[in-house]
Amino acid sequence: MEKTPTLIHVLIPLLPLLAFVVNGLFGKWLQGKAGYISIGAVVLSCLFSLITLGQVLSGQHFYGTVYEWITAGDFRIAIGFNIDQLTAAMIAMVTFVASLIHIYSVGYMHGDKGYARFFAYLSLFTFSMLMLVLANNFLLLYLGWEAVGLCSYLLIGFWYEKKSAADAGKKAFVVNRVGDFGFGLGVFLIFVTFGSLDYHEVFHAVGGVLGQKITIPLLVTSIEADLVTVICLLLFVGAMGKSAQFPLHVWLPDAMEGPTPVSALIHAATMVTAGVYMVARANPLFSESTTALTVVGIIGGFTALFAATIGLAQNDIKRVLAYSTVSQLGYMFLALGVGAYVAAIFHLLTHAFFKALLFLGSGSVIHAMSGEQDMRKMGGLRDKIPRTYWTFLIGTVAIAGIPPLAGFFSKDEILWKAFSHGTGYGKLLWLLGAVAAFMTAFYMFRLLYMTFFGESRVEPEAAHHLHESPWNMVGPLMVLAFFSAVAGFAGVPEAMLGNNWIHHFLGPVFEHGHEAGHAAAHGGHGLEVMMALLSILIAAAGIGLATYMYLLKPTLPAKLAASLGGLYRAVFNKWYMDELYDAVIVNPCKRFATFLWEFIDASIIDGIVNGVAAVSNFFGERIRKAQTGHVENYALFFVIGVVVILGFYLLG
Amino acid sequence: MTDNILTLITFFPLAGVLLIFFTPRGNEAAIRQVAFFASVITFALSLYPMARFDRSSFQMQFVESVPWIPSWGVHYSVGVDGISLLMVFLTTLLTMVSILASWTAIQERLKEYMIALLVLETAMLGVFVSTDLFLFYVFWELELIPMFLLIGIWGGPNKLYAAVKFFLYTLAGSVLMMVAILTLYLHSGDPLTFNIQALTEASGGFSPTVQFWVFWALFLGFAFKVPMFPFHTWLPDAHVEAPTAGSVILAGVLLKMGTYGFLRFAIPMCPQVALDPTTVTIMMILASVAIIYGALVAMMQKDMKKLVAYSSVSHMGYVMLGIFAYNTQGVSGGILQMFNHGIVTGALFLIVGLIYERRHSRMIADFGGVARVMPIYAALFSIFTMASIGLPGTNGFVGEILILVGAFASEYRLAAVVGAFGIILGAAYMLWLYQRVIFNPMVSKEVESMQDLSLREIATLLPLAILVFWIGFYPATFLNILGPSVEHLLEPIRAVQLAMHP
Repeated sequence: MEKTPTLIHVLIPLLPLLAFVVNGLFGKWLQGKAGYISIGAVVLSCLFSLITLGQVLSGQHFYGTVYEWITAGDFRIAIGFNIDQLTAAMIAMVTFVASLIHIYSVGYMHGDKGYARFFAYLSLFTFSMLMLVLANNFLLLYLGWEAVGLCSYLLIGFWYEKKSAADAGKKAFVVNRVGDFGFGLGVFLIFVTFGSLDYHEVFHAVGGVLGQKITIPLLVTSIEADLVTVICLLLFVGAMGKSAQFPLHVWLPDAMEGPTPVSALIHAATMVTAGVYMVARANPLFSESTTALTVVGIIGGFTALFAATIGLAQNDIKRVLAYSTVSQLGYMFLALGVGAYVAAIFHLLTHAFFKALLFLGSGSVIHAMSGEQDMRKMGGLRDKIPRTYWTFLIGTVAIAGIPPLAGFFSKDEILWKAFSHGTGYGKLLWLLGAVAAFMTAFYMFRLLYMTFFGESRVEPEAAHHLHESPWNMVGPLMVLAFFSAVAGFAGVPEAMLGNNWIHHFLGPVFEHGHEAGHAAAHGGHGLEVMMALLSILIAAAGIGLATYMYLLKPTLPAKLAASLGGLYRAVFNKWYMDELYDAVIVNPCKRFATFLWEFIDASIIDGIVNGVAAVSNFFGERIRKAQTGHVENYALFFVIGVVVILGFYLLG
Repeated sequence: MTDNILTLITFFPLAGVLLIFFTPRGNEAAIRQVAFFASVITFALSLYPMARFDRSSFQMQFVESVPWIPSWGVHYSVGVDGISLLMVFLTTLLTMVSILASWTAIQERLKEYMIALLVLETAMLGVFVSTDLFLFYVFWELELIPMFLLIGIWGGPNKLYAAVKFFLYTLAGSVLMMVAILTLYLHSGDPLTFNIQALTEASGGFSPTVQFWVFWALFLGFAFKVPMFPFHTWLPDAHVEAPTAGSVILAGVLLKMGTYGFLRFAIPMCPQVALDPTTVTIMMILASVAIIYGALVAMMQKDMKKLVAYSSVSHMGYVMLGIFAYNTQGVSGGILQMFNHGIVTGALFLIVGLIYERRHSRMIADFGGVARVMPIYAALFSIFTMASIGLPGTNGFVGEILILVGAFASEYRLAAVVGAFGIILGAAYMLWLYQRVIFNPMVSKEVESMQDLSLREIATLLPLAILVFWIGFYPATFLNILGPSVEHLLEPIRAVQLAMHP
């Protein structure tokens, strides 16, 4: 049953917006109280989101316009909401995780001189993220999309006096803009194709444009391409930027310059999953293009593996988690690529819990270590910060894919859907995912051992201050640990005697993609259980290897690194992607711009008017003499001018 | 009073001039106050037509017409449609803001300065309200003089070069424009008329040759003003030397006179040439080049003002892109973006001026870490930066998205792709500027001692910031004013389009 959105739905994004306005304007006076305003807003908004989820569970949907936003001719864009199962699940997760992270931030950001500003940005982010998922049209989604990017920019560069932080913020924004270039063109193409950007109108009209071609000019020649495929690929370029998929992933690891709660909320649980959400939302389009889905799957699968390799060799605790996030997002796109939309969203939701947990846990470690992030200077922290350790352990086991924790069910669902896709392409994606899963288990346990186990390598200064975090930080860790442990039960497959509740809940949103989803039914329950066991074995192998290398033979990693030489350095240096971009894009672009300015503008164009310049010198001399500073003289000029004009007309 | 509202608005600044004229030179406080109140009242007066404008009509409204030089058919006739109304509002707003921004910045020859600014306001308003081509031209030329003086007297070290360059470039354009106007006049039928509406209606009878010459002569006149690539090199020089208020008016209003000229004269009076695929192709290429070129050159600038000046070249490229898309979205977006550019670039010049007053430098490298000492300034700067890079929720987004949708829906889709690409560069150069000035470690001692904005300074920027969000979230207020005028403008174009592609 579809209804018009009501006040509580409007309040869900509006409350954080109000908190932003209040903290933004009066933060200077509110100081330490700013946090409570943001927390109050997000907790209420969470409450309303849960009520909304309840309404959706009881079969109600909401779709409608709040007000007309931009209208010019037939281009009519509304500020309007769309609340179905997918949106309800997203807003519930976003506000819930955001509430916990807000509370955690009270402890983490305590005493920072930008405390009020931090909460203002956090509220603005919450508003933007909610608009992104609540939108009922592509342009409003784009509003949320860009606004979360802005918040990301502001929060990455939160400690703005650090140049690396300011650089990272700018890099994140500009790389995202590259993605948005594609996304924007996709939106334009949707508009000229369907005459609307409204989800209902576009998705209902997809059937009418199937098979249409579009001509793309390429320098001297041009190619014909399938219209829907082109739309999907353009949208996906946006998703690659926002969700940090290869080759636009380079901004996310640098984004770790931001305060850790930001890494947890924006760069792990919510914003970076916007690309996954968007593709899932646009499933009626994507399901009509096998080519587009294949590209999505290949990019996702490749990124899952590629980022995992980099994660193997990083020493900064947050950077490992950052590459892990890139890799896990890759899994979600891999799932989308085989039409397994529900599996992608399921993993998005469980990942939100355990990755937020891991980031907040790493924040608690960094907090305890007085700001140290290098794992080579940690070790043996298990006894010093036991609550952080235990919750972190749960998160690690969850992401590594050990049952019955959340990550196992959602990741295994993806691998199974890929394996049973019935194509060589599906098998290839499975292989990429399986290898990445091995690496995930390895690098996560490597992180765990380097941080919490073994000999303490903590520097004396930091060791002196080692302390467990306050309750407002540990509390959220425990709540997240609980959900990281149990959230997977929402999607226990029938093969394992579960009822796969989340499939029944989210399934209707993806009815358009039923055919694509249907293909994922090759193989029986027996095979599915076998594959699950194989997944567990793979994870166990990764854990085993990490245990051997980092717990039992701690001298081995250095030897291995030395013997691998070039390969190790390439991985350690993130496959030199940043250097490549600098050499191929950034520097040539700057050189070209300088050439335009200093040669074309200054020499050519101004050179052509050199004649005029000579004349101007001549006049300049005269005018200098005429510049007596008396209004009367200027008035005289004016009169002369008028006379000249009038004279010209008389003669004309 | 309301029968002559446009005349009242246009000439009210001159009442201020008269009062200032009789204020003793030494009483600078009084001079400032008189000038400011004259501009506030003018602004307040301009709210009347904004409020009472019939938004369902494309007709010229608040019309006045009296014969001026009957033997030549010259009338003093004024009126506004949606397009000119928006420009009138922009002019009165930015003049008010400029005067407030000059409060402490101008210390010498204050009297002449305020007179020049107010005369300039009258001239600019006259340009936008004229419905008689002769009257239009008089105001168009009149505007040159006070602007020339603003740059030449109150400008920076290289002011004379810049002032003369500005003057000659624009004059070169306007001489050609005058020839075009005379040609139009002589072909206007019997009796000869300068009436804009009559000339537009008579344009159907102009021979292709006449249209050709008139269009391209007008093109040069307006292209210098916009400025379109490659006629833009006077702009950075003029901006760098001009005082802050001069830059605000120059970028905010004067450039709009160029695009306004295309909308009001070049396109409606020479529809066959304006619609010719070759012409449109040329325009689209020049607009696309301006977008990319302006953005790239802006990126490498070391002087903040020059950076903003080159960004104007890029942004005005978007305006041209929208106008020559010849559809509702493109043209509405183009006009809205004229307004937006006035607000945002005007604000950015104020932003530059504010720290120039404190640090006496506009070099980007002299700053860094300003956010620590000037948080309010940093916040306002961020708002206008976001508007400049077209972030949704700001006015820049609404304008840009309409322009790009319009261009994408036209036959020149590739130009839209180039335009969309320009948005990446826009983010790059503006954020880089913002980072180097506002963020980063504080390297200079002078920055350490900079004071945050005073209430007066906040008051100069606040109305512009409000408009950024107003148009960003509820553009209907302004798009409604434009709607019928845009459709009316497109009507003959659509007829010709239909004839060309039956």
